[in-house]
Amino acid sequence: MVSEQLVDLSRLQFAATALYHFLFVPLTIGMVWMLVIMESVYVMTGKPLYKDMTRFWGKLFGINFALGVTTGITLEFQFGTNWAYYSHYVGDIFGAPLAIEGLMAFFLESTMIGLFFFGWDRLSRRQHLLVTVLMAVGTNLSALWILIANGWMQNPVGAEFSYVTMRMEMTDFWAVVFNPDAQAKFVHTVSAGYVTGAMFVLSISSWYLLRRRDVEFAKRSFGIAAAFGFASVCSVIVLGDESGYTVGEAQQTKLAAMEAMWETEPAPAPFNLIAIPNEAEMKNDFAIEIPWVMGLIGTRSLDKQIPGIKEIKARNRERIVSGIEAVTALDALRRDQNDEAARREFEAHKADLGFGLLLKKYVSHFDQLTPGIIEKAVNDTVPRVAPMFWSFRLMVALGFAMLLLFGLALWHSVKGDFADKPWLLRAALYSLPMPWIACEVGWFVAEYGRQPWTIYGVLPTHLSVSTLSVESLYGSLAGFVGFYTVLLVVEMYLMIKFAKQGPGSLGTGRYANEAHA
Amino acid sequence: MLDYESLKLIWWLLVGVLLVGFAIMDGHDMGVGTLLPFVGKDDTERRVVINTVGPHWDGNQVWFITGGGAIFAAWPLVYATAFSGFYWAMLAVLWALFFRPVGFDYRSKISNPTWRKTWDWGLFIGGAVPPLIFGVAFGNLFQGVPFSFDDHLVSTYSGSFWALLNPFALLCGMVSTAMITFHGAIYLVHRTQGEIQWRALRAAGFFGGLMVLSFVAAGVWLWMGIPGYVIQSAVDGAALPNPLAKTVVREAGAWFANYRAYPATLLLPALGVAGVFAAQALARSGRSMAAFWASALAIVGVIGTAGAALFPFIMPSSLDPRASLTVWDSVSSQLTLNIMLWATLIFMPIIILYTGWAYRVMGGKVTAAYVRENSHSAY
Repeated sequence: MVSEQLVDLSRLQFAATALYHFLFVPLTIGMVWMLVIMESVYVMTGKPLYKDMTRFWGKLFGINFALGVTTGITLEFQFGTNWAYYSHYVGDIFGAPLAIEGLMAFFLESTMIGLFFFGWDRLSRRQHLLVTVLMAVGTNLSALWILIANGWMQNPVGAEFSYVTMRMEMTDFWAVVFNPDAQAKFVHTVSAGYVTGAMFVLSISSWYLLRRRDVEFAKRSFGIAAAFGFASVCSVIVLGDESGYTVGEAQQTKLAAMEAMWETEPAPAPFNLIAIPNEAEMKNDFAIEIPWVMGLIGTRSLDKQIPGIKEIKARNRERIVSGIEAVTALDALRRDQNDEAARREFEAHKADLGFGLLLKKYVSHFDQLTPGIIEKAVNDTVPRVAPMFWSFRLMVALGFAMLLLFGLALWHSVKGDFADKPWLLRAALYSLPMPWIACEVGWFVAEYGRQPWTIYGVLPTHLSVSTLSVESLYGSLAGFVGFYTVLLVVEMYLMIKFAKQGPGSLGTGRYANEAHA
Repeated sequence: MLDYESLKLIWWLLVGVLLVGFAIMDGHDMGVGTLLPFVGKDDTERRVVINTVGPHWDGNQVWFITGGGAIFAAWPLVYATAFSGFYWAMLAVLWALFFRPVGFDYRSKISNPTWRKTWDWGLFIGGAVPPLIFGVAFGNLFQGVPFSFDDHLVSTYSGSFWALLNPFALLCGMVSTAMITFHGAIYLVHRTQGEIQWRALRAAGFFGGLMVLSFVAAGVWLWMGIPGYVIQSAVDGAALPNPLAKTVVREAGAWFANYRAYPATLLLPALGVAGVFAAQALARSGRSMAAFWASALAIVGVIGTAGAALFPFIMPSSLDPRASLTVWDSVSSQLTLNIMLWATLIFMPIIILYTGWAYRVMGGKVTAAYVRENSHSAY
């Protein structure tokens, strides 16, 4: 049996490396489109100011991109190094979108980024704009394929288990690609990236305006960021992840946990604005409810019910009991593939195989099973409520705060008086960390909320790890965190240095703080 | 849909193509990184060297990423078993690679000499360590790797990181480091002039010689001292993959069985050696573009030599030979192999097209004058 410490450390390492990676990704995804907008205006009007904007914001984009690449390399290989059984068990499906991401998207993005930085003097204006657009398309396609892979972890469609190869195998590629969960995730995640890019430009431009330097440059940048940011934040909220929540059971479980919804309420269910979840007694000690709202956002209907935690656990208990038969029959089939009785038994319970595997966390042989162990496994099937409940609310609160900020920014940008509104500029400056916090918390909700599974209903997390020593994990975890932290400090230093210096760093002779050759 | 057996063979070739593509494309910028502290004597010279690959290293690195993804999709058991087994070796590769994006992009953004020298050595590590470890890994594949599977195909690796660093494996590491550095030197000859070009030419002389010598020595050692693996049971190429369903034995000289059965494959090692000499001659006579392609052919020869010797094995197990991973039994389903084949056939030509365009746009010699004129935008 796999030690719990190994599983916890493997999860921690994945979480740490993925969260570091996602400090850089959303800014790349969002800023690349702002560069497209700025450069398009340049190509249309021929005004050098817009070329300078593209190049200066591009410079900051590049500093961020370097660490996005650095931290991204790890993620392509970490499934193999630390999640070996996962890689074997679902590689037939999960590997394909990762490989296609490389072929279709990442090559394009990475080749074009070289030309974006070095090609200004060697390409015509239109050619260079084309390069920037292709870089943006590559970046976003990259997000699409990664989220197709991640969406499949939440809602594993188009695949079936084979007892001969002892793994999941793809049966329908297009079902994997058009997985509604993946599509909802894609829209939500790239929109969050657009908000991040817009906030970055809005905040730094506000800082220049507060100091009354590079005013023309900052005003134009602020205007573009306000409009782009407002559209994006509306998209994040309206086309939120929630549109996918009724699709699969993983999302239903997640929804119940993050809403602290213990009972199945009559439709349309109320929304718990604030609650104090009591895990032990499976109830809320205190709650402020808004009637109907949960049912409306969760199901987009007035009559569909959303299952509560107690109902979900009851359903899962039945599946675990049936899963015991599936695992037992599978073991017999692994010993003798011609065992007809075992094959029939397996086919009958195959759908619950993953639920049976949940018990392997506690026993390696099912003759040691007790009702207490089954009860433990049932309780495992719903993630802990309090962390889900509060992190989801934090994310939503940040989303609405940013909606307000971008709304005001756009309003005053249309009126043309934002440069004289220090309160607005200061609010924009101090809001800089908001999209990053919202993104990180959002990923926490998505991934912690899927526990105890790596692939919902198919493969439990504790079976997914590589059989490494705990010492190895301590070593690699320390290495990753140490290395990334040093690089992050270096990155922040450069980012702040160049943001402070401003467009003068281009050495064009048109701005404050000119760089010297 | 193609039949399963053909798909398995095609994917062995395609993984080979991706590996070779990685070695040729990312290889030349890694070689440049390894040579950076030695062929560039002052800061301007080093910036010249870095800017020969400045616009391209990022795109080239995707060969590595895509190679990883393709092995995941086409050979999931290999991806799982090799990367978890070679855990610390893999981490060393990743951590060495961390130096590259930041080294390239951050180095010239601050003019402090200590800062710049630090990143120069970072780029050296990022260029020298990965090829060394990949070579060592290949050396271990020939000797067999101590891993086994249980009934549910959970793999356990019973070796240590230090055991990977045995003499034969280190010799293979020397072959691959010399090959990549040689390739980088030839590329520098093509993209620079004057002093730097002259130093690169000398480096090409040295590393080309080292590559040929170590390559031949590794071949002789393999012939004399390292028994190969043979599948004893009948092979059904169309069967559903199950690595535990065969019997395998170790046999002296078995790594040369394919060369005996198909003498045409001997062209591969010959290409490995001839490519080096041709590249050196062409570089000396000023035809540096042709020299680059000759050096690329040498890479095809060397990697092809290893692949042809190992076939059909990918990763033999020294602990439980029947668990050895082969092209027949560590692959994805027929459907996935088929889809991935189409994705590769569609996108690979497009990738080659726009990569070629990018090199054309940024072509020509990189000079000290270029670096001075673009000191705020160049690396």
